[in-house]
Amino acid sequence: MIQSINHLALLPLYAAAGTAVLVLLVDLTAGRRSAIFGTAAAGSLITAVVALYSSGESTFCTGALCSWSGGEASTVIVILFSLLTLGVLGLSTRTPAPPGEFCFLLVCSMAGGVVVAYAGDLVTLIVGLETLTLPLYVLTGLRRTIAGAASAVTFFLVSVVSTAIALLGAGLIYAATGALHLAALDPHSGLTSGSAPVAGPLLPLAAVGAALLVIGFAFKIAAVPLHAWAPATYDGAPLPVAAYLSTASKLGGVVALAAIVSRLDTGPLIPILAVLTMTVGNLVALRQTRMVRLLAWSSVAQAGYILAPLSAGVHGVEAALAYATFFVVLEFIAFAVIVALLPPDAHGGDIASYRGAGRRSPWPAALFVLALSGLAGLPPGLAGLFAKVTIVDTLIDHGWGWLAGVVAVNAVIALAYYVRTAAILYAPAPGLAVADLRLPKLPIRWPVAATLIGATALAVVLGFFPQLVYDAVGMVTMSTL
Amino acid sequence: MNALLIVVLMVPALGAAITALLPDRAGRVAATVTAAITFMLTVVLALPRTGAWFAYVGTDRESLVPWREVNVSWIPSLEVDFHLAVDGISAPLVVLTGLLTLLCCAYTIGKVPEGGSGRTLAALLLVLEVGILGTFLAFDLVLFFLFFEVTLLPMYAVIAGWGGPDKRRAARKFVLYTLFGSVLLLLGVFTVVTAAGTADLSALLGGLGLSRTTQYVAFTLFALAFAVKAPLWPLHTWLPDAHTEAPTVGSVLLAGVLLKMGTYGLIRIGVGVTPSGAAWAAPVLAVLAVAAIVIGSLVCLRQTELKRLIAYSSVGHMGFVLLGIATLTITGVQAALIGNVAHGVITGLLFFLAGAIKDRTHSGDLADLGGLRETSPRLAGLFGFAAIASLGLPGLAGFWGEAFAVVAAVQRGGPLWITLAAVAAVGGALTAAYFLRLLRRVTHGAAPAPLSPGIARGEWLAWAPLVLLALLLGLVPSLVLVGTHDPISAITEALR
Repeated sequence: MIQSINHLALLPLYAAAGTAVLVLLVDLTAGRRSAIFGTAAAGSLITAVVALYSSGESTFCTGALCSWSGGEASTVIVILFSLLTLGVLGLSTRTPAPPGEFCFLLVCSMAGGVVVAYAGDLVTLIVGLETLTLPLYVLTGLRRTIAGAASAVTFFLVSVVSTAIALLGAGLIYAATGALHLAALDPHSGLTSGSAPVAGPLLPLAAVGAALLVIGFAFKIAAVPLHAWAPATYDGAPLPVAAYLSTASKLGGVVALAAIVSRLDTGPLIPILAVLTMTVGNLVALRQTRMVRLLAWSSVAQAGYILAPLSAGVHGVEAALAYATFFVVLEFIAFAVIVALLPPDAHGGDIASYRGAGRRSPWPAALFVLALSGLAGLPPGLAGLFAKVTIVDTLIDHGWGWLAGVVAVNAVIALAYYVRTAAILYAPAPGLAVADLRLPKLPIRWPVAATLIGATALAVVLGFFPQLVYDAVGMVTMSTL
Repeated sequence: MNALLIVVLMVPALGAAITALLPDRAGRVAATVTAAITFMLTVVLALPRTGAWFAYVGTDRESLVPWREVNVSWIPSLEVDFHLAVDGISAPLVVLTGLLTLLCCAYTIGKVPEGGSGRTLAALLLVLEVGILGTFLAFDLVLFFLFFEVTLLPMYAVIAGWGGPDKRRAARKFVLYTLFGSVLLLLGVFTVVTAAGTADLSALLGGLGLSRTTQYVAFTLFALAFAVKAPLWPLHTWLPDAHTEAPTVGSVLLAGVLLKMGTYGLIRIGVGVTPSGAAWAAPVLAVLAVAAIVIGSLVCLRQTELKRLIAYSSVGHMGFVLLGIATLTITGVQAALIGNVAHGVITGLLFFLAGAIKDRTHSGDLADLGGLRETSPRLAGLFGFAAIASLGLPGLAGFWGEAFAVVAAVQRGGPLWITLAAVAAVGGALTAAYFLRLLRRVTHGAAPAPLSPGIARGEWLAWAPLVLLALLLGLVPSLVLVGTHDPISAITEALR
């Protein structure tokens, strides 16, 4: 059978993959740091623009079922991936790593994100997710310390196991239904006619398959009890990579989970995961003394908030994507501030060592407060407030009032560590002159400053006009239904 | 003219940004100027539409239209409109907010509490003002919640940054308690919004056909949320700590207007949106309110710290306000409104004076104070005036709210309400007892150390308006109550 290929639909992937190759070439020919980073940055911007241009195109279709299906949602997701890549590039211009390899790997990961956004069947989805994750094993270990190597190996092992589980789930579902296309898995889509209907003894098989898929993808977003790799990995990775892991990589997992949950019935699995994830994440975060670990645990808890609306199945997908959008912007700002406050090769360090940073670097510290207040769901972090409002609204609307209550209680627990951390920045250092503090006032490098300003501008705009996000993800879910 | 509602929020918001960018002293002056402009705007806002001054009677629907209203679509996906309005219920609180913020900003010009830069403090006060004004003006349930949340972190920062020795613990307690209240509010708001399909408060007035169960659930959530904020016994324990540690300006705003967001919310949203729920829970609310009055007074009788004593007296006074609301009668709610404003004025003044005494003597312990009458007769005189106003002497502002809360409870009739009224009246007498004890300790007796007798010009400037208002409201309570009859009867009539 000859398939015609719609190259317009594939343009974002061409742009991303082409950028990766181009970065390698520039590394070979020019070899200058600025040229390499410039190429990668321009490439990720072009990917975003191209995604806007090719919005809504599909290809690799057999009949009505497409393996590469675009919608407005895919566009938003691709734009998020490319902006996050751009931001991480901005943060890592001075990271002590070979620039060619660093940029190549990062852009490859972005290409994986593009595939996840457009995936129309389970195999494409899993391949995309792997392409997204694979370069990150290397990036995590880039620091070449024992801790870095350990975190890379942990991440690698956990990720491989989770992929195996997801593949097994996909296999079981194929065995039970004969379908791999996402659209065909949806019992309400009217497209199931071509494949065997699920009935009788095969029904449990399909249910197990769906559960395994969810578990496999839950590893990627570090949902409890599948989270143990995340804090160690984040803490061992270079800071910009940790930022990427906790935003873009997590976004990939969310998109994959949303694709499954909106079409297959996974029973009580998602609400159980959500409650465990947010509660354990927040309670453990209360006890953290290291900055990156605190952010890691808080992002585990945030994954729980993202999972919560997915309990409502297809009705919660918009809310989960909206929450994820607000969350990645705020989480990215938090990491970017830490990068701005520290020397290029530094560890995140102890929270106590940030004491007094607010007096020496008032602007980054103010942005940190903005980011943390947003993660806590309070003004001035309006974007975060709307994120919280969105999921509570969705949960109550679809009869999950008790889960909304759990989210609310967790918001109170979370505020305890967010205010403690933010207040440290403004606490006077007892018995120490300002000059003796561990964090000297560093000039902020311009790419970092530009990244911070851009991300903050985005957060402020989304905070005052959250309808932009709702429109974007709302259209997405409408079109993929 | 209706754009004024948006301007009154924009001015302090912009002012806060400018204040944060200017150098220290210039910033404080800029903040004060901003607060002054905002205050004038709030006064203009609070002038009723032509004729409304005398339109006491006539409860036709026409007269329920707010004095000024602005409605802009904002976030359709969440059913949120930027709907602001001002009517008889909110107008006095709006003016009070403008006034107290102005006085607090002016106070920071003269004196910055230790801890951080004065301009940051002044900027935070302006941000607080945005949140409080927004809460009082919001005519959209979700918008109300958003503004309610805006006040949370700035107040935390004011206590944690400029407070006393144990400020961190007190600030954390404050922020966690109040966030707990506001997440309950969030749950309540969306319980109502998803059931009713709209968040517009004027459409929701009277329940809009919400089912009984929805109303019970929503009112329980609202009542808990506002009981934390108001605060109602037994959810008040954050208040004394916060007040003891907060700087003077923080205490004044906290007691003066922040607590009113709780009682205002209970009237406008608790009773207004879920009337069946309110009727169902009113006896519980009333019993708790009376318990708060009695327990607050008893604690005050044993209290040895000046600011803590005033804080606990707030618990008692807010008990009277809540009792008034719980009667669900026009008289009761009007008593609650005037009690709200009177408490804001008088307690604001008391905290200013307590701050001044603590600054001069460097101690808030009643055992270390004494002889103020001899060392600083003017300060002692003002303090006596404020204390007597607070204990509810007829002719001063405190009287109306407390007396008519009791009257409203008697009017409700029945053994429960009569008993509650009697106990509340006894609590009122206890209020007199502990304030007289306080006066005896602070102003009489031997002076431990001489202190500077004078009162600075900045202090006079900050205090004089409050002194005058305490007197004026006592003589002409209709200043607050004008134009409240129709909106309140619309709220309470939904019950019948």
